[in-house]
Amino acid sequence: MNLWLLTGLVIVGCFGLKLAGYFVPAAVLEHAGMRRFVELLPVALLSALVVVQLLAEGQEWVLDGPRIAGFAAGAIAVWRRAPFAVVIVAAAATAALLRLVG
Amino acid sequence: MRDSLSVGLAVGAYGVAFGVASVAAGLTVAQTALMSLLAFTGGSQFAVIGVVAGGGSMLAAVGGAWLLGARNTVYAMRLVPLLQVRGARRLLAAMGTIDETTAMAVAQPDPREGRRAFWWTFGGVWVMWNIATLAGAAGATALGDPARFGLDAVVPAAFLALLAGALRSGALQRWIALTGGAIAILLVPITPAGVPVLASSAALLLALVLRPHPHPHPHPASGARSPVPGDGTTA
Repeated sequence: MNLWLLTGLVIVGCFGLKLAGYFVPAAVLEHAGMRRFVELLPVALLSALVVVQLLAEGQEWVLDGPRIAGFAAGAIAVWRRAPFAVVIVAAAATAALLRLVG
Repeated sequence: MRDSLSVGLAVGAYGVAFGVASVAAGLTVAQTALMSLLAFTGGSQFAVIGVVAGGGSMLAAVGGAWLLGARNTVYAMRLVPLLQVRGARRLLAAMGTIDETTAMAVAQPDPREGRRAFWWTFGGVWVMWNIATLAGAAGATALGDPARFGLDAVVPAAFLALLAGALRSGALQRWIALTGGAIAILLVPITPAGVPVLASSAALLLALVLRPHPHPHPHPASGARSPVPGDGTTA
């Protein structure tokens, strides 16, 4: 894979999508079905990213104890509505600590 | 303004994680830094390097980043009447249109405060995200295996934080999250890396078929319109 091409495509696409919102006529978003779709799409994608990053490596299912425990700590922080920084530190510290003693 | 700066600080930790993970996935420090400078949308950036690290295709990596980046289009459309930007300033406003800035801007009681919140949050997050990315990327080789620091647990936890607002906003959102996650994990062994995440969007079609009467607009002002981390996580 050409990683420079990848970097370019990601930059152009992600910036272009942001910019498009400043030029799209408001009527497009007024369409209820369209709005629903664009609102719900990230819900499916983010959830998929959670499980894939947590339980897979490449094309394999992987159950990694410290990673799962770290994620669980982060999830508790999310559930308790802790600030984003707390979520990150809780996840990293838990996983790192378990690997250190493991 | 204090809120804006604290969001910026929180993003720093996430940025270090991105820098380290990106270099570990095989991108150079320059590619990593450039992506943070100009793409400037953490979710998409993490999605890309996840696919690269897993040995997936360019199409899957870029497709995942773009689909996830499409939410910024919606944020931009919501910010248009608030920000009132014209000409070249639209380019700058577009650059700053992300989860955190939108959440902070729309949370303010009046448009003036909303505009201030947008630009301050943009400044804080952009500076922190880029310094942190560069630090993580430059230090990655010295640090060694990112798993030693638990960074592999940080990435899914951060995605969960991004998702939290939507999960709290309604049963349909929870159903789609559950279905999307299930589709993705089941496809892992049988499709190339990156495809499971793209395929999770089929959960929306399944919702249409299997849930014939989802309430079309339960609460117009609820988190359903803004699955953003600012919903109690970063703000």
